[in-house]
Amino acid sequence: MEYEAVIGLEVHIQLLTKTKIFCGCSTDFGAPPNTHVCPVCMGMPGVLPVLNKKVVEYAIKLGLALNCRINKFSRFARKNYFYPDLPKGYQISQYELPILEGGAVEIFINGGYKKIALERIHMEEDAGKTVHKPDGSYVDFNRAGVPLLEIVSKPVMHSPEEAGEYLKSLRRIVRYLGICDGNMEEGSLRCDANVSVRIKGEDKLGTKTELKNMNSFKHVEKALEYEIERQIDVLKEGGKVIQQTRLWDEKSGITKPMRSKEESFEYRYFPDPDLVPLIIDDKWIDDVRKTLPELPKEKLERFIEEYGIKPEDARVLVEERELAEYFERAAKESKEPQSVANWILSELLGYLNRDGKEIKDTLIKPEQIGKLVELVEKGIISGKIAKTVFKEMYNSGDDPEKIVKEKGLIQITDRGEIEKLVEEVLESNPKAVEQYKAGKKNTIGFFVGQIMKKTKGKANPKIVNELLVKKLEEK
Amino acid sequence: MVEKEEVQRVAQLALLEIEPEQMDKFSRQFNEILEYMEEINELDLSQCEAAFHITELKNVFREDKVEPSYNRDVILKNAPDSEDGAFRVPKVIER
Ligand SMILES: [Zn+2]
Repeated sequence: MEYEAVIGLEVHIQLLTKTKIFCGCSTDFGAPPNTHVCPVCMGMPGVLPVLNKKVVEYAIKLGLALNCRINKFSRFARKNYFYPDLPKGYQISQYELPILEGGAVEIFINGGYKKIALERIHMEEDAGKTVHKPDGSYVDFNRAGVPLLEIVSKPVMHSPEEAGEYLKSLRRIVRYLGICDGNMEEGSLRCDANVSVRIKGEDKLGTKTELKNMNSFKHVEKALEYEIERQIDVLKEGGKVIQQTRLWDEKSGITKPMRSKEESFEYRYFPDPDLVPLIIDDKWIDDVRKTLPELPKEKLERFIEEYGIKPEDARVLVEERELAEYFERAAKESKEPQSVANWILSELLGYLNRDGKEIKDTLIKPEQIGKLVELVEKGIISGKIAKTVFKEMYNSGDDPEKIVKEKGLIQITDRGEIEKLVEEVLESNPKAVEQYKAGKKNTIGFFVGQIMKKTKGKANPKIVNELLVKKLEEK
Repeated sequence: MVEKEEVQRVAQLALLEIEPEQMDKFSRQFNEILEYMEEINELDLSQCEAAFHITELKNVFREDKVEPSYNRDVILKNAPDSEDGAFRVPKVIER
């Protein structure tokens, strides 16, 4: 019997607004506990929440990027439950009439594109943070009221890889839009998964479990892999999957049922009387549309088309908006965009990874990469020397021309000069010449090495090779 | 009619404890309220849209500008227990 997994993801993204969704408290991360709180976000009696306009703007932005229906009329609802990190005893969220419905996240998998359909996206407030200690649970409400968008996919994914790609693609888009920093480890992007299995070909969905506590992309995939296998095993043994919430335990690599009271939650949603309806007109949508940046997929296609670089390279370059923009500025300085891409992807990213830095941290200006490539293309320096120059650029941020000039790294392309060097080397190594004559053609490598040693790698290798062969054949 | 189980359920969701001897009283009061509300159903409301708000207000916003938060000591003053600037509550297991 072949089984098929069915996965739907619920992703919460923290929006990069300066203030909370319903009050003017700062959303800055890392402040001492309970210093970014006020009567509104603490749910004191008699206060009125007022919606942060930026939150709506960001939601519209995401809606446009994911082709969602933007509801002209939407409203807020109260989701009622008790937990110490929820000061009001309810969370302000959206229930009926969420701001966005439909739409899709496009993923690239197995060499092709696939659209993962969305159910809805709604606005809500975050809860506080609880730290459990031996003498009690400590609650910090700085995060309570930070704006979130909850993005709910339809149950249309069938493998952990698909789910992983969906998350990466979504993260890339929200980062391009500048509405969320997408940091899963710090919790600004969180993911819960609904997963069930069924016999392949069946239409009816199996009983699902909800997975929580996955704090990185890797763990989402691992947790899903484990849970799918677990459910298949249960079914194979003739058992039934129990609908429950399970927590991923990253140390043991398994999912465990959550130890919670037997009661099923009943949220008793109702429209929040404190918040008035939200009306979004076409003008507002058009105004937001004008602020949309070029999105990753469009950028990818344009890079391949406009710069003629390899698709797999373009894909890495568009991963981060800053990197893509860096490449583009560098490429404009050079006639060889592919070389520019190579330098950025292998050398620059290599150094940055080594130092645990990001593209925004580098001292090298993108234009300088373009200039370096031009120096190589024009034959002013060799590719090998260029690596030395690059290292210097990385350390000092100096212009490649300046480094080349100051260190005397200009390539020797003068045929007469190289010819002289070739003759010298051949004369002082008669044995090697004999070996060459006897048929050991690879002795040529030794001669090249000798000449490079004499010139500190500055001799043009093509000319060296050519003249070496010529001189040796003449002997 | 509201059954006792339902009263029990509502109490549970509200985290209230109801003594067994109070059950009859609460059930009766619940039913009185519901019967009173039933009177609305005697009116023909087929032409009325559900009113979620009593005002006609729409689109009330604030700009995304930081305003000073409250003094922490004032915020923590009403808490039965606090420590290190945090509210301390009886230990809860993960939700
Ligand atoms: Zn506040």
